[in-house]
Amino acid sequence: MTYEVLIDGKPYRLELQRAGKNSERWQCRLNGRELPVDAVLARADVISILIEGKAFEVKRERIGSDLHLWVGSERYAAVLRDPRSFRSRRQAADAEGGPKQLVAPMPGKVVRVLVNEHDAVEAGQGVVVVEAMKMQNEIKSPKQGTIQKLAVTQGAAVNAGDVLAIVE
Amino acid sequence: MFRKILIANRGEIAVRVIRACREMGIASVAVYSDVDRASLHVRKADEAYHIGAAAAAESYLNIGKILAIARRSGAHAIHPGYGFLSENAKFAQACADAGIKFIGPSTAAMEMMGSKTRARRAMEKAGVPFVPGSLRGLQSRAEAEKVAEEIGYPVMLKAAAGGGGKGMRLVSGSEELKSALVAAQSEAQRSFGDAEVYLEKAITNPRHIEVQVLADEHGNTVYLGERECSIQRRHQKVLEEAPSPIVDPEMRQRLGEVAVRVTKAAGYANAGTVEFLVDDKKNFYFLEMNTRLQVEHPVTELVTGLDLVHLQIRIAAGEKLPFTQQDIRLRGHAMECRIYAEDPDNNYFPSPGKITLLLAPSGPGIRRDSGMYEGWNVPVDYDPLLAKLIGYGEDREQAISRLVRALNEYFVGGIKTNISLFQRILEDKDFRSGSFDTGYLDCLLRSRTKHAKNEQADIAALAAALFAVLDGYAAGNQGGSLNGASPLAGESSGWKKAARTDALR
Repeated sequence: MTYEVLIDGKPYRLELQRAGKNSERWQCRLNGRELPVDAVLARADVISILIEGKAFEVKRERIGSDLHLWVGSERYAAVLRDPRSFRSRRQAADAEGGPKQLVAPMPGKVVRVLVNEHDAVEAGQGVVVVEAMKMQNEIKSPKQGTIQKLAVTQGAAVNAGDVLAIVE
Repeated sequence: MFRKILIANRGEIAVRVIRACREMGIASVAVYSDVDRASLHVRKADEAYHIGAAAAAESYLNIGKILAIARRSGAHAIHPGYGFLSENAKFAQACADAGIKFIGPSTAAMEMMGSKTRARRAMEKAGVPFVPGSLRGLQSRAEAEKVAEEIGYPVMLKAAAGGGGKGMRLVSGSEELKSALVAAQSEAQRSFGDAEVYLEKAITNPRHIEVQVLADEHGNTVYLGERECSIQRRHQKVLEEAPSPIVDPEMRQRLGEVAVRVTKAAGYANAGTVEFLVDDKKNFYFLEMNTRLQVEHPVTELVTGLDLVHLQIRIAAGEKLPFTQQDIRLRGHAMECRIYAEDPDNNYFPSPGKITLLLAPSGPGIRRDSGMYEGWNVPVDYDPLLAKLIGYGEDREQAISRLVRALNEYFVGGIKTNISLFQRILEDKDFRSGSFDTGYLDCLLRSRTKHAKNEQADIAALAAALFAVLDGYAAGNQGGSLNGASPLAGESSGWKKAARTDALR
């Protein structure tokens, strides 16, 4: 199996081949480099990896649509693509341009909407203010563009991952 | 002894008190709001009753509802924990009127300590050292200017009914006084319903050191050593330890004796904490008395070997202290990290949500008082304290190394926590050497040197692919599987796809 993985935005290519039926060992090529790997899924979201005796425990975290991996106390943002899949190609295209969603980073309440639909916005401009635990958090536009859609109004309750607005 | 106790609180402290009840053979009664049905304290208690909506005023601050549940469940006493109603004299009085024992001091002692200006007048009479300042609330701007000139700038404006850093303003010169006075008064009115403010000389870069006291209802009072609480962010404690790195036995005795004088002058019973400001010459000044169990009580428990909640309950039941001052021995060193649901990369903004993965530390010298569990949804409505991780060792160095080790074992997935902040503090040279004051943490956070990631990105990449083949979850950005070979491939439902397309239209 072949995967393309983005770790903190940097691409890695992985080829994985199980060493034998039900074996915990894998023949692995990481960016073309041979790596003998022994891996066990210790429990959901926790994997134990041995590489020539060196031990790593990696934790996986999924918040909304984000995927992160923790190696020790370091956190890495990960995007995984199977090159054969149609959707990853579409996603790759999305990464370069197209509409961007603004999502709520945490559950809370919309206390202010700072723009109107069809307004022009700059990258980093505040769009919506969400309050949680008595603290206010300004959700900013990830890119320059126009507000194509506002999905929330003042006073609305939102969950983590909810779409607040779309910038085109 | 009481047969049943109601705990008028939530989170880790409610669990802490329920555990003490269980140990003492006392039945425990929990109360919960709409969003706390699945909270840990409800799961741990013998009985649990719903008290209202998520907003604290409708539930954990609602005296009428809590007393109604106490009567209905037949509880003989109420433990208020910390925060919420714990320092509310009206609540203590309402308990007394209902014939239910409030596990804490008398209404009169709470009222005296609840007003900083009244407390100050009483304590000055008892010969307790104070930061120079006004003895009563300021009546006018003219009076404020006069007092400030007398004691000398910089001065600190404080709310008489205040606490937790709210309603406090540092004023460095007379030109700032007018606007600071207005701001402090309105903040005091908003936060405490009382606009009264007073002035004190500002001690620059003080340490914050407090003394745990314990008094029974028969006039016996002891002090249980000090806690160093100078590691604060925005006037909120983050890390505490016992003993303080700067307090020697002679200073400990002086601090302790003053704390006992304060306690006796207030006619105080049960567990309490006397807070002091300590300047760079180790002069100490009385700040206030907290009339409740503190968040950081475990560090005192570890160095004294006592269980403060057991003792609170026994004192409230009318028992005498089972020891005298001479019996108190301090041993070793303890340090507590307050684990908050906060995002370190976003200015420590609260980060509620679902805990998807929880790996908790244990092992030698580690105590964990927690109110969370895997699968629990941290509600947005309350203080973001999740748990307390306490390290104990024969000396400060060992306590720190155990905490560092345990913090590395601690993993909370799905929400953000401040665990990395403690790794940073505990490795800092100044913290290690014990040279810090209340300005330390803000300073450390400003000097934000983005530490270099040790290069394990390739391990992360490898793990991402291995997770995908081992459990079929290959997801990246869309929350579903992207892997054609996986059993979860493809859209799970048509409506989801439709909604997504709609959202992008």
